[in-house]
Formats: sequence, C-alpha cells, structure tokens
Amino acid sequence: MTVAPPKILLQLRVNGTDMACAAHPNKTLLEVLREDLGLTGTKHGCEMGHCGACTVLLDGRPVLSCLALAVEAQGHEIRTVEGLAHGPHLHPLQQTFAETGAAQCGYCTPGFLMTAAALLETTRTPSEADIRQAIAGNLCRCTGYTKIVEAIALAAERMREQAEHV
Amino acid sequence: MLRLPPFAYHPAASLEDAVGMLARYGWRALVVSGGTDLFANMKQRLFTPEVVVGLRPLRELSYVRASEGGVAIGALTTLTHIAEDPVIESRYPALHEAVSVISTPQLRNMGTLGGNICLDTRCNYYNQDYDWRRALGFCMKKDGQVCRVAPKSPTCVAVNSSDSAPVLIAYGATLRLAGPEGRREVPAAEFFRNDGMRPWCKRPDEILTEVRLPALPAGTRAAYRKLRLRNAIDFPILGVAVMLQVEAGVCVRARVVLNAVASKPVEVPDAAAALVGTDLNPRALDEAADAAYAAGKPLDNTSGSIPYRKRMLRVFARRALAACAPGS
Ligand SMILES: Cc1cc2nc3c(=O)[nH]c(=O)nc-3n(C[C@H](O)[C@H](O)[C@H](O)COP(=O)(O)OP(=O)(O)OC[C@H]3O[C@@H](n4cnc5c(N)ncnc54)[C@H](O)[C@@H]3O)c2cc1C
Ligand code: SF4
Ligand code: FES
Ligand code: FES
Repeated sequence: MTVAPPKILLQLRVNGTDMACAAHPNKTLLEVLREDLGLTGTKHGCEMGHCGACTVLLDGRPVLSCLALAVEAQGHEIRTVEGLAHGPHLHPLQQTFAETGAAQCGYCTPGFLMTAAALLETTRTPSEADIRQAIAGNLCRCTGYTKIVEAIALAAERMREQAEHV
Repeated sequence: MLRLPPFAYHPAASLEDAVGMLARYGWRALVVSGGTDLFANMKQRLFTPEVVVGLRPLRELSYVRASEGGVAIGALTTLTHIAEDPVIESRYPALHEAVSVISTPQLRNMGTLGGNICLDTRCNYYNQDYDWRRALGFCMKKDGQVCRVAPKSPTCVAVNSSDSAPVLIAYGATLRLAGPEGRREVPAAEFFRNDGMRPWCKRPDEILTEVRLPALPAGTRAAYRKLRLRNAIDFPILGVAVMLQVEAGVCVRARVVLNAVASKPVEVPDAAAALVGTDLNPRALDEAADAAYAAGKPLDNTSGSIPYRKRMLRVFARRALAACAPGS
C-alpha cells in the first residue's frame, strides 16, 4: 500500500457562506461537514446510501453526503440543516415537525427536513403521494412516517399562507 | 465508521484527459461518475484504487438529445434528468419506468446512466464489509478462491442488477466507448458478458460516453416491471423488459429480456417466438411468460428466496407483456 495522498485545500460554499479547510481527498462531504467544518447537524446513518440520514442539498437537490466526495462538492451551493432557521425563527418545517411529533429520537430528522425543504421549494401544493414519493429515500425507525407526512403537508399550507400575506 | 480508503482524486479536464489518465495509471485508477456504486463498494474494500478519476466535471457528457435517428443520452446524465425528460417518457416509456424505480430520489440525483450500465455485479457474499467477508474466508470475486453460491462453478455468478440494462437491450440501443485506441460502438446486447467478475466487454481503460436509442417503428410498445423487497431503495431481485412491434394487429417483432437472474441481462428468444405472428391474445402472452419462466434461473445471491423469485418470473413477465399488448 502506498502512502496516503496529502491533504488538499477545500473551498466549499455552505448555507451561503464560503468556508475553507484542509482535508484528505478521500473524505466524504458528510465527514468534512461534521469533522472539519463543525456542522454536526447532518447525521451518519448507514454510510452506504440506504437511509437518507445524511441528506443535504446540492444546488437545491437532495443528495447523500455519505457517498459524495467533498472535493467534488466544490463550486456547488451546499445546504445543510443548520441553514434552515433564520436566526431565532425556525423554518416552517422545523416548527411543524416539533408540533406534530414528527421527530421522536430525531436521528433521521435533519435528512427528512432537507428532503422536504427541497420538495416545498419546487412544489407549493404537494399531494400526499408527492410527499411520500419525495421522502422515499429517508428511513425512520420511530415514527411510522404518518406524522412526518402530516408535518410536511402542514408546513406547505403555512408557507402558502405566508406567501399570500406578503 | 465506514471510511473510504485513501486515494488521489483527479478531476477530468476533458474526455481525452480522462482517457489519458486511465492509460497512464492502468489498473491503479478507476473512474467515478455519481459514485453511488463505486464509493459504497470502496467503503467495503471491494476496490482500493490509488487514483480516482472524476468524470463529473465533464458537463458536456450530460444531455438527452432527440433527433430523427432516435435519442442520444450522454453517459454522465443523471437518472433524475432522464426520469424527468418528456421525450424519454413519451418515446421510450420502458426506460422512463426503469430509471424512475432505481433506488431513491437522492440516489437518482447523483447516479448517472453510464454508472448504472457499468454497475458492478452483486451478490449476498460479496456486497459485505471487509470483516464480514474475511470471517467467511472471502469468495472468488474478491480476495478468495471459491464461489460461495455455486462452489463447483468455475466462474463467479454474481447478478447484473442494473435496471436500465435489460431495457436498453430490449430497445436495441448502442453504447459508445472512448479509449486510448479511439472510439467504438457496441450494441447493448453485446456489451454484457455472463461472467460475474468480468461482466462487460468494455476494456478497463475505456470510458462509456453515450447511449443511442434507435428511432422506433410505428406500433412499438415497451414496458419494464421490477420486483424488489421494498418499493424504494432496493435493487431488483427480478426485472422483465419487453419490447413489441405490432402491425395491423399482428406482432411482427418482439424482445423479452430478464435481469437479476444471471451475470448479464438474459434475452429469451423462445418468448419472442411465442409472440411473433400472433395477435397477442392471452394464450400467446401466457406462452411467452412460460418461456421466460423456463429461461430464468435465480441463484442464492440476492434477497428473496429462489422459489419465490422463480415463481415471480412468470408473474412479472406476464405483467410486462400485458402492459404492451393492446386490449389484454
Ligand atoms: C442503496 C442503493 C440502492 C441502489 N438501488 C439500485 C437499483 O434499484 N437499481 C439499479 O440499477 N441500481 C441501484 N443502485 C446502484 C447505483 O446507485 C446506480 O446503478 C447508479 O446509476 C450508478 O451510477 P453512478 O454514476 O453513481 O456510478 P458510479 O458509482 O460512479 O460508477 C459505477 C461503476 O461504473 C464505472 N463507471 C461509471 N461511469 C462510467 C463511464 N462513463 N464509463 C465507464 N465506467 C464508468 C465506475 O468505475 C464504477 O465501477 C443502488 C445503489 C445504492 C447505494
Ligand atoms: S457469485 Fe460466488 S464468486 Fe461471485 S460474488 Fe457471489 S460468492 Fe463470490
Ligand atoms: S448515511 Fe448516507 S444514506 Fe445512510
Ligand atoms: S425519529 Fe427516530 S429514526 Fe426517525
């Protein structure tokens, strides 16, 4: 086995902020976010592409950060769960997940929030089928999904109401 | 934690650059597109390349282009892009169906058609982490000597699990490859080999650049039906692609292709023979489904029991055929 290649300089744009760090090229986006940038909201689940706990948005689309290289995420707009709230104001999804009991142990929640956020940005009035299809790649071992679907539908409703008032 | 083994990462500046790097580094390098297959396998130490050549920067290989001669799809096109393309949905519905049921929305946003076609063959005894495989004493495909599924088999029988592969064969697609000796075209039907360890005729230093779907004669219908344990995330444990051409109510051409039953997609000429010349009445469809049942030989290498997968062959073949036959 040869010596591990040296660290490289990574420049990532996360939640609208430019960030830089030095990391080995074999590090996944998930590992760099958590270990090098201190953004531990994104979770390690299976680390094999099966569970969706590590979902982040890349240019607005949900992707799995456990199977993405940080070096390949350069030049793209990355969004994580830390970027959802505006200061003290929670994102409508965070609010409705809390209200409806859509988070129990909470481990899957950041992944669901990001997947749902991407859905609501493209679909103002999602049907239940749209919601279930969108979250097909996120596993939850606690809630049985019903509350999660309700929380997303309720957030969509509130976001429509908010949009009408401005 | 499952970490990737160390490697140097080289983004491709152009297709020529990528081909050049593969020629230069030889077996020490592998290309990556979406990474959804390769990185999972690397985490399990099934591959430990010293150099990973990133194809993702090659935006020029991401397109769906329709012309009179058919449709060309760049190898780097994501599965989501193909699933959302209106031309594919209306003219090649079986491909639309196949890419729409690959894994999950997140995986389809990352995974590419090229990576799906070059997907490594899969097996219960292979897609496991290093410690699991070592505890068992490994197997022929990686680090070991014997096949755990078929100990007497001289070759590995891991399954082709690509949902797009059987459909591309059914449609008569052509694959374009670029290598150090230039470019060549291979019919999809000849691209795959029935060898779990060398499942393609592609040389390791060749890159898949484009998939060409031929223009289809009027009266062509096609469908894909996939069996898996859960209706999301899971790989196929059986798939059936059907393409039929009907003229004045009579079937004049047919192709039935199975996947997840061998190391390559399996074409069933007996099923086609049962259909051609008929008006696709229920009896003809039953006979074709029986031929698919006889041709598919599932082994103990995926989830789901062998008898279940075998029984479902007839059911899924019948469903795919019914989706293509007018009025049945
Ligand atoms: C949880 C999970 C579920 C999955 N479910 C399914 C499923 O249901 N159906 C299915 O078909 N697949 C499934 N997959 C496999 C995979 O996600 C898809 O097949 C995807 O399309 C692979 O594309 P990619 O671009 O990510 O490939 P990569 O991982 O980038 O590459 C795969 C292989 O192809 C080679 N390669 C990539 N691009 C090229 C090219 N242009 N030329 C030559 N070689 C190339 C790579 O070297 C590698 O060996 C699943 C994967 C996971 C992790
Ligand atoms: S089919 Fe046999 S040799 Fe191939 S991966 Fe499975 S156990 Fe290993
Ligand atoms: S941790 Fe990425 S999909 Fe499970
Ligand atoms: S709330 Fe526990 S896994 Fe979803």
